[in-house]
Amino acid sequence: MEQRETLLEVSGLKVTFRAHGGEISAVRDVNFSLKKGETLAIVGESGCGKSVTAKSIMRLVPEHIGKIAGGSILFKGKDLAKLPEKEMQGIRGSEISMIFQDAMTSLNPTITIGEQIMEGIIRHQKVPRSEAKRQAIEILQLVGIANPESRLKQYLHQFSGGMRQRIMIAIALVCNPSILIADEPTTALDVTIQAQIIDLFKSIQQKTGVSIIIITHDLGVVAKIADRVNVMYAGKVVESGPVSDIFYNPQHPYTKGLLASMPRLDADRNIPLSPIPGTPPDLFSPPLGCAFAERCNHALEVCRNYQPEETKVHNAHAVSCWLQDPRAKKLLASTQAPTGT
Amino acid sequence: MLSFVIRRFISMIVTLWLIITLTFFLMHAVPGSPFEKDGKGLNEAVAANLNAYYNLDKPLIVQYGLYLKQLVQFDLGPSIANSSDTVNKMIARGFPVSFQLGIVSVLFAIVTGIALGVVAALRHNRLIDYIAMIIAVVGISIPSFVVASLLIKYLAVEWKLLPTATWGTWQHVIMPALALAFGPIAIIARLTRTNMLEVLTQEYIETARAKGLSPATIVIKHALRNAVLPVVTLLGALIANVLTGSFVIEKIFAIPGMGKYFVAGINNRDYSVIMGTTVFYSALLIFMMFVVDVLYGIIDPRIKFHGKESKG
Repeated sequence: MEQRETLLEVSGLKVTFRAHGGEISAVRDVNFSLKKGETLAIVGESGCGKSVTAKSIMRLVPEHIGKIAGGSILFKGKDLAKLPEKEMQGIRGSEISMIFQDAMTSLNPTITIGEQIMEGIIRHQKVPRSEAKRQAIEILQLVGIANPESRLKQYLHQFSGGMRQRIMIAIALVCNPSILIADEPTTALDVTIQAQIIDLFKSIQQKTGVSIIIITHDLGVVAKIADRVNVMYAGKVVESGPVSDIFYNPQHPYTKGLLASMPRLDADRNIPLSPIPGTPPDLFSPPLGCAFAERCNHALEVCRNYQPEETKVHNAHAVSCWLQDPRAKKLLASTQAPTGT
Repeated sequence: MLSFVIRRFISMIVTLWLIITLTFFLMHAVPGSPFEKDGKGLNEAVAANLNAYYNLDKPLIVQYGLYLKQLVQFDLGPSIANSSDTVNKMIARGFPVSFQLGIVSVLFAIVTGIALGVVAALRHNRLIDYIAMIIAVVGISIPSFVVASLLIKYLAVEWKLLPTATWGTWQHVIMPALALAFGPIAIIARLTRTNMLEVLTQEYIETARAKGLSPATIVIKHALRNAVLPVVTLLGALIANVLTGSFVIEKIFAIPGMGKYFVAGINNRDYSVIMGTTVFYSALLIFMMFVVDVLYGIIDPRIKFHGKESKG
């Protein structure tokens, strides 16, 4: 696993949005990397900056309201954060593809499905229509759509919800990208279709070796598909690591809270779900210290005033929390030891 | 599709019949007749003779029946004021001119209006947007005859670029077509802009960007097609507007189009001319509405021509 080549290296990424009355820091110093053939999940609640991070990689943050204010996005020796728009067009859809949450609104209702698949092929591979059509049929077969030849001539409204998401995936994959970014790809689908789409992602990854960044707030999806997880909170990655570490050895209080708030089929139905109380901080004026401090049961004085450094828990498992500091550990040990089990 | 066309055709005939009936009885409800002008009547015997000749002495319902019978044979009858002419001939003479003028100005309005609207939407809240919208407000507020007078004053009289009036060469078409197109340009530009702004925020535009398509392809192929649908809706009524608006413009530029006959017909209480031109314009308008409906289905495949769903 560790030997695989690193495909994408995001470091120090900052994204800001202009708004009435100031700037919103949507992404504040995000670092992560993505290896070939791996699936990285970015999880976090709404507004934590996970979608903005993904859109920044594609440079799809609308220019008139938002901008990449700092950091770099290295991909195949190029810094996508600084690449001219023209060159970026050559990368979108061919090297890095993106699929969106709701296929119903993310596909054009007045253009045939075939045309929507083929236009990407024609744009990037400069092949004649007949060849593009052949490839479109092939990709529709790959994503599990029956009678692809006749389906090409149909329009969006003639497909079911699950089929629409398959078409989105087909459009994203048709040029054999090395990275597929999926922004909440299963959120708009019902549970059985969700499972089918997750299976489809897995089988496609096996066949093509594509790296996947999946953005979700559904930890069930994460458990099924991800190799590694980035937990984001208020524009920062607060904890990252292999999926098993995140699920079985969570270190950040926010990660623990997320896991605890997940409904479980085997749990006693009389015990209410345990939400994380409070709301995320206002990113107009991000807090001085740890953004989660206000909602954290374990917050120390230092948490409110100083940003926590990233500490390694274990090889690839890292967490940004003051509780990881040796001094805090001693402090907790001394206060908790007498009552501890 | 075929059943849609048949259903639409039947409803078109019914609509046309209603218009004919209404116009016929309204026209006869207005006091006076073709033979009495400004209160001065003709000699009674002459008037009676003429009335008998044109069947005007028969009960109204009989006249109505006779008119319908004549109409079914595509005969719009003789002109009462100008006995050597028939309404069919008038239309055959005037319509090609009006049509030519109308088509030129409608095409000009569509192309300019859509282009202006698209540019304004793409440069939303910037200088070009404001300029385009100022043009649009001005276009909506200023009547076509004012525009026409200004065009004549500058283009023809002061700068001597174009002929002042009348009809003949292509240079003669430019000024009236411009004057006619001015209002529609403004309406189309505003409508296109509003819809473009909305479509550009749609997620499928982001998908198109994520495919790496060029901005031009995204605008023309993905955005415009969806934004232009309400403009198409407007076109049926707009074409009618351009043709009726042309009464005034034709008068100003002394163009021998249909408008001239229509206006003269009303002034002379020339029943058959009023009826004939009304029937002709109505038929044209109803046909345009039908064309718009068919275009709708072509532009937006979600609109189907299933017999029951169509509004008939």
